Amino acid sequence: MGNDVLILGGGVGGTIVANLVAREVGDRARITLVDSTGFHVYQPGFLYVAVGNEQPAALKRPEAGLLLHDVKLIVDCATLVQPGVRKVVLKSGRTLRYDELVLATGSRTVMGEVPGGLAAHDFYTLDGAMRLHRALNDFEGGTIVIGVAGIPYKCPPAPVEFAFLLDDYLRARRLREKSQIKLLSPLNRAFTIEATSKLVQPILAERGIELTGFFNVESVDPVAKTVTSMEGETVDYDLLVLVPPHRGQKVIEDSGLGDERGWVPVDKNTLRHTTLDRIWAIGDTTNIPISKSGSVAHYEASVAAAEIVAAVKGEAAPSHVYDGKVMCFLETGHGQATTIRFDYDHPPVSPTPARRWHWAKALFNKTYWHTVPQGRLP
Amino acid sequence: MSITIAKSLDLKGLSCPLPIIKTAKAMKELAPGELLEAFATDPGSVPDFKAWAKSTGNPFVESSQEGAVFHFVLKKKEI
Repeated sequence: MGNDVLILGGGVGGTIVANLVAREVGDRARITLVDSTGFHVYQPGFLYVAVGNEQPAALKRPEAGLLLHDVKLIVDCATLVQPGVRKVVLKSGRTLRYDELVLATGSRTVMGEVPGGLAAHDFYTLDGAMRLHRALNDFEGGTIVIGVAGIPYKCPPAPVEFAFLLDDYLRARRLREKSQIKLLSPLNRAFTIEATSKLVQPILAERGIELTGFFNVESVDPVAKTVTSMEGETVDYDLLVLVPPHRGQKVIEDSGLGDERGWVPVDKNTLRHTTLDRIWAIGDTTNIPISKSGSVAHYEASVAAAEIVAAVKGEAAPSHVYDGKVMCFLETGHGQATTIRFDYDHPPVSPTPARRWHWAKALFNKTYWHTVPQGRLP
Repeated sequence: MSITIAKSLDLKGLSCPLPIIKTAKAMKELAPGELLEAFATDPGSVPDFKAWAKSTGNPFVESSQEGAVFHFVLKKKEI
């Protein structure tokens, strides 16, 4: 018989948990992963699709091919979690029971929450990145404005990276001299982390990318082509790229498992739900005040998997906990990149941008499919 | 002289830039001259609040610290 381990979400976190648990518990548990699309999408690639450096087809593979044979994949949408009876209801009407449940449903973007926001472009979905690429292809010069319309959002360095890659793109098309790039930041610096801001701000200035601080996007006027901040400032644009507001998935909100934005409250070390037994959440899904990124989901997945393996085997909870580790690459254009590494106890460090970090990111992007989902990278 | 606070924000546990964004939103609802207070635990919020006040022209009235909690008072700018 054994336990029923149920994982909702086939992104990076859910897939790693499923594979790691399957490898450790053998026939002591039935492992089921529910995913609404049946496809695994490599989201860090969206940025490159937007500037034409990656093909959309390269970022999507069938989830079934990434899971060990012991993991059963159900392509369906979870609509309701019932912790009282340890059941999950699917859109098809089917009901699944669980002994251990992992919420790895991630986040969704809600540009519609910004008045006029649907007129803006974004690179937070594959479709959005493809549309933005088409718009950039049609662009013949003018002002491109990049702004942030909600916190938290996935991949905090992405707006800065996009500004640098856009600068490269416009130079390659010989449009840079006919164009302005304006980066609107929620704080009085380019990036939340001060050390990284100090590193990238001189490069932004060198590339002629104009930085405006304390500009928290409130609304867009698509007719006048202006974007206005909560601070009361208005900026004109010819092409607007916004980081959309993010929320947790609907199933989390409908089941009352999260806060007012649908983020699931968990212990920041064990990733267990703060009030509900036998439920863990990882990655974007949680309310932990840390980057919403693939790297966080990746590091958290091994912790959640170890907790579940211990629960299945009836052993004591493992001593290995999530220490807040984050590791991100940040493209700085001109074929260079830097990295950002930190955890709960150590402040962020970023090396001087260099070609080797750009190549390290490119290598990671290419080898991802054979290493990360399978849990082969610690 | 005691001061009257028009709105109080609990920003404890939030990390930057969330305290600034929630404050910016709340300040919009205040009438000119009204005061807003905020409680935050992110140490980075101290310089961020001061810089935000300076940048937006909303006077920074006072700040204090009790244990790990920072207390700020901001005044909505006169038009």
